[in-house]
Amino acid sequence: MNFCLNFVLFLVVLSLMSAVLCAVTKDAFARGVSLALSAVSCAANAVILTYVGGEMKNFTYMMGHYPHPWGNELRLGPTEALLSVAFSLILFLCLLGGHKGLKGRIDPGKEKYFHTMVCLLQAAFLVLVYTNDIFTGYVFIEICTLASCGILMSRQNGRSILASVRYMIFSLIGSGLVTFGIIFLYAVTGHLLFPELKESVAALWAGGQYRMPLLASASLLCIGLAIKSGLFPFHLWMADTYSAAIPAASGILSGIVSKAYVFFLIKIIFNVYGTDMFYASGLQNVLFILGCAGIIVGSVQAIHENNLFRMIAYSSAAQIGYIYMGIGLSPEAGITAAVFQILTHAATKPALFLTSSLLSDTAGGAKKFKNLQGIGYANFFGGFTFSVEAFSMIGLPFTMGFIAKYLFALAAYDSTAVKQLPALLVLAVSTILNTFYFARTVIRIFQNPIRPHTSRPRAGMGMEWSFYAAAALFIVLNLALGILSRPFVDFLGQCLSIF
Amino acid sequence: MFEEFFWNNRIQCVAVVLFAVGFVTLLLHRNLLKKVIGLNIMDTAAYLFLTSLGYISGRTAPIITDGAPAMEKYVNPLPAGLVLTGIVVSVSVTAVMLSLSLRLYRRYHTLNLDDIYQEIHREQEREP
Amino acid sequence: MKRQRFKTWLSQWREDRFDWTSETMGELHPSAPQAQPEDDAWRDRPVRRLYEGELKFFRSTFSYMAAVLAFVMIFFLLRAVVEMPNFGSADSPASTSPVIKRYIEDGLKETGAVNIVAGVILDYRAFDTLGESHVLFTASVAVFILLLQTVPEKEKERERRILQDDLILKKTAQVLIPLLVLFGIYVLLNGHLGPGGGFSGGAIIGSSFILYSLAYGPERLSSLINMKTYRAIVVSALFFYSLSKCYSFFCGANHYETIFGPGTPGAIFSAGLIMPLNVAVGMVVACTMYGFYTVFKQGRL
Repeated sequence: MNFCLNFVLFLVVLSLMSAVLCAVTKDAFARGVSLALSAVSCAANAVILTYVGGEMKNFTYMMGHYPHPWGNELRLGPTEALLSVAFSLILFLCLLGGHKGLKGRIDPGKEKYFHTMVCLLQAAFLVLVYTNDIFTGYVFIEICTLASCGILMSRQNGRSILASVRYMIFSLIGSGLVTFGIIFLYAVTGHLLFPELKESVAALWAGGQYRMPLLASASLLCIGLAIKSGLFPFHLWMADTYSAAIPAASGILSGIVSKAYVFFLIKIIFNVYGTDMFYASGLQNVLFILGCAGIIVGSVQAIHENNLFRMIAYSSAAQIGYIYMGIGLSPEAGITAAVFQILTHAATKPALFLTSSLLSDTAGGAKKFKNLQGIGYANFFGGFTFSVEAFSMIGLPFTMGFIAKYLFALAAYDSTAVKQLPALLVLAVSTILNTFYFARTVIRIFQNPIRPHTSRPRAGMGMEWSFYAAAALFIVLNLALGILSRPFVDFLGQCLSIF
Repeated sequence: MFEEFFWNNRIQCVAVVLFAVGFVTLLLHRNLLKKVIGLNIMDTAAYLFLTSLGYISGRTAPIITDGAPAMEKYVNPLPAGLVLTGIVVSVSVTAVMLSLSLRLYRRYHTLNLDDIYQEIHREQEREP
Repeated sequence: MKRQRFKTWLSQWREDRFDWTSETMGELHPSAPQAQPEDDAWRDRPVRRLYEGELKFFRSTFSYMAAVLAFVMIFFLLRAVVEMPNFGSADSPASTSPVIKRYIEDGLKETGAVNIVAGVILDYRAFDTLGESHVLFTASVAVFILLLQTVPEKEKERERRILQDDLILKKTAQVLIPLLVLFGIYVLLNGHLGPGGGFSGGAIIGSSFILYSLAYGPERLSSLINMKTYRAIVVSALFFYSLSKCYSFFCGANHYETIFGPGTPGAIFSAGLIMPLNVAVGMVVACTMYGFYTVFKQGRL
C-alpha cells in the first residue's frame, strides 16, 4: 500500500487536534492554524488524488485492525479525492478572502472559537466524503451540523441567533430522519459498512423481501439529507442563514456544508442502494420534481428580493435544485452533471458572498440594491469579481456555469422521454430567470450612482491583498475549469464510472 | 391479526409512534423549550428502536465471564454501542439548543417563536 | 385592495425583517447606513397586518396540521415496521449477521475486553467513538460562543444573592459527594470489565461536581475547576485520545502490530487502550457536564 493513503487519517486527526488547539489559544494564532490546516489538507488531498487518479481504482483504508464487515473503514476513490481537494481549496480561499472580515464582526476573544468550528468542519467534510461506513457518516453529520451552527452564531447578534435556531431545527429534523433511515437499514440487513450493505440490499431487493422497509429507509435518508442541504420545500432557512452569517461563514455554509451532504447522499445512492434499486424505486422522480420546482421557485424568490445577500441565498436554493434534478435524471450523465454542478456552485457561491460583502462594506454596510448603485466604480475589483461570478451563475460561455448547464442539457437529452422535455424547459426558463436577476444586479452595480458614496467604508474587510488573492484565485479557477473543461469532465466521468 | 401486525413488533411500533410525535413537536410547536422536548422524544424513540433490534429473547448481556463465548448465549452488542454514541450526540445537541433558547429569551423575554418574530418586526419598524 | 394584499403575500419573503446591528458590539459599527425613507415606503405598510393574519391562521390550524402530519408519518412508518423481523427473534438479519458472531466469539481474545460493548465501541468501531467525543467538544465550544461572558462583575453580585445557606442540601451533599465520586471512578475504571465506561462514569463525576456547586457555591469549586484546568484537562485528554487512536489506526491499516496487547482478560490493566481511553473520555465528559452547568448558570467557568 502506498504511504500517501495514510494522509487521510493524518488529516482527520490533525483537523480534530487543531480544533482542540484553536479553542485554547489566542485569536491570531487560531486564525493561522485554520488557514494552514486547510492549505495542508488541500495539498495532501492533491497528493492522494494524483496517486488514486493514476491507479484509477478504489482503495479501502481500515481504521483499526479489522476489515470491513467488522471495523470502521474509509474508502479512497478518485471521486472522493477530487471532491475533497475541491472542498479544501474552497475552504482555504474562503478563509483567505474572509479572515479580515472577521474582525469587527465577532466579539474579540471569541474569534478562536470560530476557527475551532472551521477545523471541526474540515474534519467533518473529509470524513463525510471519504467514509465507507454509514454510522460514521451519521456521527460526522452531527459534527458538521453543530460546527456549521457554530460558525453561523459566531456573529452574536439577535438576527443570527434566530437564524441559527431555524437552521438548527431544520438540521435536527434532517438528522432525525437520517437516524431512522440508518436504523431501518440496519434492521433489515444487519450491516453498517457500505460493501456489505450493498450486497444485502441487492439480494433483498432481487428476492422481493422487506420491500417496504428498504423503500422507507431510502426515502428517509433522501428526505433527511435533502432537508439538510436545502432542497425546495425545505429551503426557507437558507435566506436567513446565509444573509445573517459572517461572509466567510456563508461562503463555507453554502459552498461546502450543503454540498457535503449532497455528496454523501450520492455516495449512499451508489454504494448502499445501488443505482439499479434506487432508479427503480421511484424516489428519483420525487427528487427530480422537487429539484425542478426548486430551480423555478428559488429563482422567482431571488427576483423578488431587494437585498443583495438574500438574493444570492435564494439563488443557492435554485442551484441546489439543479443538483437534485441531475440526480433524478439518470445514474450516468445526470450524476456527472450533478457532481460538476456541486463543484461549480462550490467554486462560485463563496466568491459571490465574499465580494458582495466587500461591496456592501464599501458602501458603508448597505445591503439594498438601491444603496449599492454604482458601487462598482468605488471598488472596481470587487465589482469585476462579482460580475465574473455572476456570469458563471447565469451560464455564459468560458465559465464553469456554462459547462454545468451544458452537461445538464446533455443528460436531459439522453434521459427518458417523460423527463426530457420538462428538464430542458426548466433549464431554459431558469437561465432566463438567472439572467434577469444577476444581470440586473451587475447593471445596478455599474450604473451611475444616484448620490456619491460619501459614507466611509466599514472597518474590517477593506483593501486587503489576501482578499484580492482569494478573489483572483476564484476567477482563475472558474475560467480555467470553464475553458479547459473537456479533459476535466472526461476525468470526472472516468472517476464516476468506478464510483 | 393484531398479533401478526403489531404485537410481534410492539417495541418498534411504539418507537415509531413516539418518533412521529417528537418530529411533529419539533417541527410545528412554537415554544422553543417544547421544541427541545420534541427533539429529545424523537431521539429517544430512535434509541428505543435501535435497542429493540439488539434484543434476542432468552439471551443475556454481552459481558463474558466464563471465558468460553458462544454466540447463542449473548444478545447483539452492536446496537448498544450505537445507542451510546447516539446518546452523547443528543446530549450535545440539546445543550446547544438550550443555550440558543437562553440567548433568545434574554433578549426578547419570551420563548414563543412567533412572538420573537413579531418582536423583531416591531424592532425593525422602530428603526429609521 | 385585494390585489395589493396578494402582492404583499407574494412578497412576504422579500423584506429583510430581521436586520439590525450586533447585539454585543454595536459601537464597533458606527457607520451603518441610515435607511432612506423613500426607499421602501411603498412596501412597508401592509406587511405587518398580513403577518399577523397569517399567524392567527397558523395558530388556529396548528393542532390539526400537527395531528394530520403525525398520523401520515405514523401510517407510513408502521407500514414499514410491520414487515420487519419480529422483536426478539433469533433469526433476524441483525442477530444472525457474521459481524455479531465475530464480536462475541473473538471479541474477548482480540480486544481483551470482558465487556463486549466496550470492545466494540473502543476497538472495532473506535473511529465512531473518536467522532462522538468530538461532538461533545463541539457542543461545549458552541455553548461557550453563546454564553461565555467577559464582564463578570454584576453577575457576581447576583450570584451572591442567590446563594443561600441551605443546611439540608449541605449535609446531604456531604454524604453523597464522596460516594458519587467513588462510584464514578469505579464505573470509569471498570468500563472494560463490566457495565460502565467513560461516558457514564464521567457523567456521574460531573453530576457530583454540580451537586457540590449547588450546595457550597461555585466559588469553592473554582480553585479545582476553572478555565485553566478545564482547558488543560480537555486538551490533554482529547490529544491523548486522538494521538493514541491515530497510532492504532495507522498500525491497523498498515498491518503492523501495536504495542498495546489485549493482556489478561479480567485484569484491571488489560484490554490495551480501552481503559486509558475510558479515563480520558471520562475526564472530558465530567468537565464538560460541569462546564455546561456553570456556563448556563453564570456565564463563565
